[in-house]
Amino acid sequence: MADHVYQPETLAIHAGQIPDAATGARALPIYQTTSFVFDSAEHAASLFNLATFGNVYSRLSNPTVAALEERVAALEGGRAGLASASGMASEAMALMTLLQQGDHVVAAGALYGGSVSMLAVNLKKLGIDTTFVDASSPDAFAAAMRPNTRAVFAESLGNPSLQVLDIAAVADVAHAHGVPLIVDNTVPSPFLCNPIRFGADIVVHSATKYLAGHGTTLGGVMVESGKFPWDNGKFPGMTEPSAGYHGVRFYETFGDFGYTMRARMETLRVYGAALSPMSAWQILQGIESLHVRMERHCSNALAVAEHLRKHPLVGWVSYPGLIDDPQHEKLARQMRHVNGAPGASGLLAFGVKGGMAAGVKFIEAAQFMSHLANIGDTRTLIIHPASTTHRQLDDAQQRAAGVLPDMVRMSVGIEHIDDILWDIDQALAAAGA
Amino acid sequence: MTDSVAELRRILRDSRTIAVVGLSPEWHRPSHFAAAYLQQHGYRVIPVNPRCKEILGERCYPDLLEVPESIDLVDVFRRTADVLPIAQQAVQIKARCLWQQIGVVNVEADRLAREAGMDSVMDRCVKIEHARIFGGLHWAGVNTRMISARRAA
Repeated sequence: MADHVYQPETLAIHAGQIPDAATGARALPIYQTTSFVFDSAEHAASLFNLATFGNVYSRLSNPTVAALEERVAALEGGRAGLASASGMASEAMALMTLLQQGDHVVAAGALYGGSVSMLAVNLKKLGIDTTFVDASSPDAFAAAMRPNTRAVFAESLGNPSLQVLDIAAVADVAHAHGVPLIVDNTVPSPFLCNPIRFGADIVVHSATKYLAGHGTTLGGVMVESGKFPWDNGKFPGMTEPSAGYHGVRFYETFGDFGYTMRARMETLRVYGAALSPMSAWQILQGIESLHVRMERHCSNALAVAEHLRKHPLVGWVSYPGLIDDPQHEKLARQMRHVNGAPGASGLLAFGVKGGMAAGVKFIEAAQFMSHLANIGDTRTLIIHPASTTHRQLDDAQQRAAGVLPDMVRMSVGIEHIDDILWDIDQALAAAGA
Repeated sequence: MTDSVAELRRILRDSRTIAVVGLSPEWHRPSHFAAAYLQQHGYRVIPVNPRCKEILGERCYPDLLEVPESIDLVDVFRRTADVLPIAQQAVQIKARCLWQQIGVVNVEADRLAREAGMDSVMDRCVKIEHARIFGGLHWAGVNTRMISARRAA
């Protein structure tokens, strides 16, 4: 009899957590402990040699954190997951496990500002170069590939550019060069989009956003597909004895979750960006309602976009969920449909007539829409990226990242749609006055 | 090929003695990892490797026919092309399951085993499947696909 295949709504609640062996507790216990006792010297040796699975120290693994790792891996249709302290930490774990001095990355230009900084400044300092390309053109990715390219990095749905990646086309480019495609899937969340289905090899999340969902908790997760052929000659760190973990050959020993094991034992263990069990528990509480929240985020954001485009004080609206948006067809191919329309998540951008000054006035006049630097909260959030999240980039870098001077980014929450539209209208009126 | 959780659980629960064909004496080789894990989880491991006398404290035999006791499961760490004669010996000694490791997929050997009434598993690691079904693999963040409202074993 074949195993039953569960739907994402069920996985969001059950994957990675079965009732506790010791107590029968139905909800996930919080294992707030740094360390775990060894049964014997032999047991300790076996754990350190990775011959048996188990917990040693919470910087490496922790049962509460493991529930989060498995749940996100299940939701993404991946083989294994690794959590860390933030989305940026997960991105660093994913990249630093793969890359070394002299390597090259091809990345989408329209990335979250923090990701641009990591690639253009921090990794550059370690001798790893990145070429940023137009994310809407798979040919641009292909043209930028070099013999020393070891990863392609892009966002499934750009923040704040809202650019929709053609995942399959860019995965083909990466695979033709024998390197993995890493996709930041934070904005759609695994409920709306599973990049692995379209050929991505590694998915990273800021779990802080829609996964946790309530603006309370930082965390990140990376997921490996289990399908990348790490023995293609380009990744000796996966196939040769590990200098960082006494001679283990990660791909040979752990097969389709060898990259995750290597990220855990070589990268997370050493850099120490571990997620706290308390945070993992809070993120899991959020994930249990991910599907319900995402449906409302999508329908509210679509209603806001349709309202704004008709508003006389609004110059332009960008939301790929709009039926005549140039990216709509690409979106429809890759996203789960919500109420008959492809889910475009809760992020949209628009320009207030009157440019930067009017945009700032709009933000300051809002009644309950919060002016802050986050997305994926239950609350509606608004921000002016050019003067905040992307201000450390110069003008050219801002434009490459899809940030225009008059642009307001909105993360539409799950309040009542009538109240959200009311607050928008009264703030626009104040901005236009 | 046998592949559902229910069938793999039955095979692993009903087996006590496991012959590991191609077991390496090197601690960091996958076969050694797997056999050490199986010993720690209460299985009797019988090494089969013509180049060794003893591995993991157990006497090592050159092939399955030389093993003087009954074997429940034959775990194969050999290249796909080399599996058929091992499957023939597994049938001959009346083993109950032929298990080909990850990357080992000999469909002829699979058919031979099934025709002899044996269980047959391919392209799976016995250690990973045991840890997936009876716990442990979950702690490594792996998607075990195990969903249950009953307390963990």
